[in-house]
Amino acid sequence: MLIITCPYCGPREQSEFHYGGEAHIARPADPQALTDGQWAEFVFMRSNVKGVFAERWNHSSGCRKWFNALRDTSTDRFLAVYEMGAKPPQIDAPELRTPAGEPLIGSGNDETKVMTEAEMTEAEMTEDLGGGS
Amino acid sequence: MTAKRYSLLSLFREGLNGHKGWQPAWRAAEPKRRYDAVIIGGGGHGCATAYYLAKEHGLTNIAVIEKGWIGGGNAGRNTTIIRSNYLYDESAAIYDHAMQLWKGLGRELNFNIMMSHRGVLNLAHDDNEMRQLKRRVEANQLNGVDAEWLDAKQVKEYCPIISISPDVRYPVLGATLQRSGGVNRHDAVVWGYARAASALGVDFIEKCEVTGIEIENGKVTGVRTTKGDIKTGKLASVTAGHSSVTAKMAGIRLPIESHPLQALVSEPLKPIHNCVVMSNAVHAYCSQSDKGELVIGAGIDPHISYTQRGAFSILEEEIAALLELFPIFSRLRLMRHWGGIVDVCPDASAIISKTPVAGFYINGGWGTGGWKATPGSGHVFADLIANDKPNDIAAPFTLERFETGKLVAEHGAAAVAH
Ligand SMILES: Cc1cc2nc3c(=O)[nH]c(=O)nc-3n(C[C@H](O)[C@H](O)[C@H](O)COP(=O)(O)OP(=O)(O)OC[C@H]3O[C@@H](n4cnc5c(N)ncnc54)[C@H](O)[C@@H]3O)c2cc1C
Ligand SMILES: [Zn+2]
Repeated sequence: MLIITCPYCGPREQSEFHYGGEAHIARPADPQALTDGQWAEFVFMRSNVKGVFAERWNHSSGCRKWFNALRDTSTDRFLAVYEMGAKPPQIDAPELRTPAGEPLIGSGNDETKVMTEAEMTEAEMTEDLGGGS
Repeated sequence: MTAKRYSLLSLFREGLNGHKGWQPAWRAAEPKRRYDAVIIGGGGHGCATAYYLAKEHGLTNIAVIEKGWIGGGNAGRNTTIIRSNYLYDESAAIYDHAMQLWKGLGRELNFNIMMSHRGVLNLAHDDNEMRQLKRRVEANQLNGVDAEWLDAKQVKEYCPIISISPDVRYPVLGATLQRSGGVNRHDAVVWGYARAASALGVDFIEKCEVTGIEIENGKVTGVRTTKGDIKTGKLASVTAGHSSVTAKMAGIRLPIESHPLQALVSEPLKPIHNCVVMSNAVHAYCSQSDKGELVIGAGIDPHISYTQRGAFSILEEEIAALLELFPIFSRLRLMRHWGGIVDVCPDASAIISKTPVAGFYINGGWGTGGWKATPGSGHVFADLIANDKPNDIAAPFTLERFETGKLVAEHGAAAVAH
């Protein structure tokens, strides 16, 4: 279960939230002018990033406000939360070791693990889980 | 290179020999500098693709490149439910193609895949669902897919431990039954394909990640890997949850999102559950493995992730759903749970397609339900790679359908159900 820091209420369990998917997908300014290819891009294509990903959450069983978050989808660590309408903040997250690196547990290939067990523990000890940063 | 045949005699002989004479099922290979085709991803679909490329198209100078170990992805994490009772003609064609191949696969691969056609029930819990499922039965029958409708009493006869009590929140009103549906042993399928393909000359390169794709003048020329560069003119991505990551290496965006999907097993029991039961409305499905464990699953976690882990609350809900269907399981202990990363497409159908990059092919987007398609998917994908042209079964599953709008919308048949 993820612990998600609502910028308005503080850290709460994931089950209080509703997921809103990829953030910052701009609605077409002039829909009439779009080609089929551009519609496909807007409606269907997604970046589905492995690594730092901007996404939307709604604190549906709490304050009911929407907000954005930056989360590393290769480790599930939240790196920042920020308001709807705002641009993603600058963060210095480490690059993935390899583009498709192996997950933390259950890996058959230690050389391409996204993060070692020790690095994960260290990150959890040092990071400010209060979010909002 | 030919593998020793597995047989009762070889088992007997090895029994006397203290089981010291068994050979590895496939050769561990180091990458050559050049292949006629390279397959990224050694899951079920990747291994099947390699096997059919070698067997049916004579392409044997090929390699499967796997970042972990063969079958360590969704292939080794799924709940192995097999059926072909999808609504649309396009889906019926590919899933039933797979179903027909499953029937003879153990014999063909000389590997016991423990295929059990024990029947799959898809339950209906309200009038609307009942109408939809009955419509699906009719559609299936028109497509020659075996399907029948059971009322609640017949459901109880087919699956005696299910509760059809009318005084629960979602009573069982009836179900579709596909008798040829069932389960098999996931590892055995992958190992069987890898062994058979290896015997035909295919290289299986494990613990080797593809990190980049070389393209010149819009054409694939090779891949970069953690074990060096490899030249090839045909490159096929079969990376399931990582489909978007691999496609990005060729500058291609996909309509896929990757989600955790969890499953769990109970402590082993004596045989008690004789079929596969799935319910969209209460969101759970369950079968019993040959080891006696109940194999239980449900829907995806809502968020995008590559961690192979999900939220506990999802498991809690699926167990609540399961116990409404099977109150008899209420005292069972659960033994293990795990997650995989599934590649979900907006129309709940797969992508088996050429791409804007010549020589680069994608097979992905199978989401929560691609296991059942493994032989069919590998078979038609091999055909696409060999001929650079989709056959009739693969043709509807192009990437272009998201632009033309000709989607194969299978949410009703796919949903929670795998
Ligand atoms: C919990 C769970 C339950 C499921 N239950 C069912 C079910 O009951 N019935 C059903 O039909 N389907 C089910 N599915 C779905 C099914 O498992 C998948 O659709 C199917 O296995 C995907 O194809 P695959 O076997 O080739 O995938 P995988 O086994 O995931 O193969 C993809 C491989 O690509 C490798 N790879 C990725 N990136 C790279 C790279 N850059 N370089 C090298 N290798 C790479 C991965 O390591 C992986 O081994 C379930 C899935 C899960 C997770
Ligand atoms: Zn809040």
